[in-house]
Amino acid sequence: MIAEVSSFALPLSLAMILVVAVIRKVPLYETFVLGAKDGFQTAINLIPNLIGMMVAVSVFRSSGALNLVIHALSPVFHFLRFPPELLSIALLRPISGASSLALVTDLFKHHGPDSLLGKIASTMQGSTDTTLYVLTVYFGSIGIKNPRYAVKVGLWSDLISVIASVFAVYLIIGK
Amino acid sequence: MLNIIWFTLMMSGLIVAFATGHVAQVTNGLWDGAKSGVEVAIGLVSIITFWLGIMKIAESARLIEGLSKLVKPIAKWLFPSVPESHPAMGAIIANMSANLLGLGNAATPLGLKAMEELQKLNPTKDMASDAMCTLLALNTASLTIIPATMIGLRAEFHSKNPADIVLPTLLATAIATTAAIILDRFYRHRHQVNHPCKGYAK
Repeated sequence: MIAEVSSFALPLSLAMILVVAVIRKVPLYETFVLGAKDGFQTAINLIPNLIGMMVAVSVFRSSGALNLVIHALSPVFHFLRFPPELLSIALLRPISGASSLALVTDLFKHHGPDSLLGKIASTMQGSTDTTLYVLTVYFGSIGIKNPRYAVKVGLWSDLISVIASVFAVYLIIGK
Repeated sequence: MLNIIWFTLMMSGLIVAFATGHVAQVTNGLWDGAKSGVEVAIGLVSIITFWLGIMKIAESARLIEGLSKLVKPIAKWLFPSVPESHPAMGAIIANMSANLLGLGNAATPLGLKAMEELQKLNPTKDMASDAMCTLLALNTASLTIIPATMIGLRAEFHSKNPADIVLPTLLATAIATTAAIILDRFYRHRHQVNHPCKGYAK
């Protein structure tokens, strides 16, 4: 039942958008092509960031360093019931979206997207925006030098988002 | 920040490799990492291109304006310092509506427009006003309805049901957004109590 709600979400929004657009006489196909033409560039723009981070992660993993860290931290995380494999994604998500996407990809490769870890990682990656990026762009554009408490609010809500992702996957998809 | 992270990942990996004799694995890992960076980006071309096209249709169908009526009372509550008739309020409402619809590409320019208008109301030009902090909190938490990129990436890795993370994502993002609003209120209040005479834009 819940799985069905999830799988219906995308096609349903699609149907809704198309119906409203037809009623409001939007030239559907031309508009689609106009918007889609930026897609290639957007994806390609990810390449430098993805390669930079995936190489670093791959070095860190293949050397055995990742296993050492996970091994050292696992008692703490076991106690918190937080999977240690997800720590790096949680830490990197607020700093760089493309970098944490690289980590999620790495995790998919080793655990698969349908594993519990894969699902939590997907939810963590999808449910928040890159705080430091938004902060830089929004405040940078108008020359704000003192962000006051905005950084604190952003980072605290990122932490809550991480915990909420673990919680949401356990609650909705279960083990 | 990224410099430190990158250096730490690389260096600790290389040091462990030298210490444990995993040098060959690391060399392979290097090329594997670079290769999968390209593969992932190319794999995402399909879903990003498709979704950007659909989002353009949603934007042209004036879905943002349609949602504004619902968003308006919430915006008035969230931004008590912004006069209702000020152009900043219009831009804030449009930005929130675009975020709600998942129109990230449309939301950013609207958010920047809102910041620009808020700056006109801001008495301390290099210090963020209360309203700016609230707008930022909303945009960093960014309520997500359809996590299109993640669905695409999961499909690329042959997930049996790439979309089954939609509901958990919605729940997690709703919790985080609520938390961001509460935290913003909390810190706003605390900063006023602590520095009552600094004259922030109320």
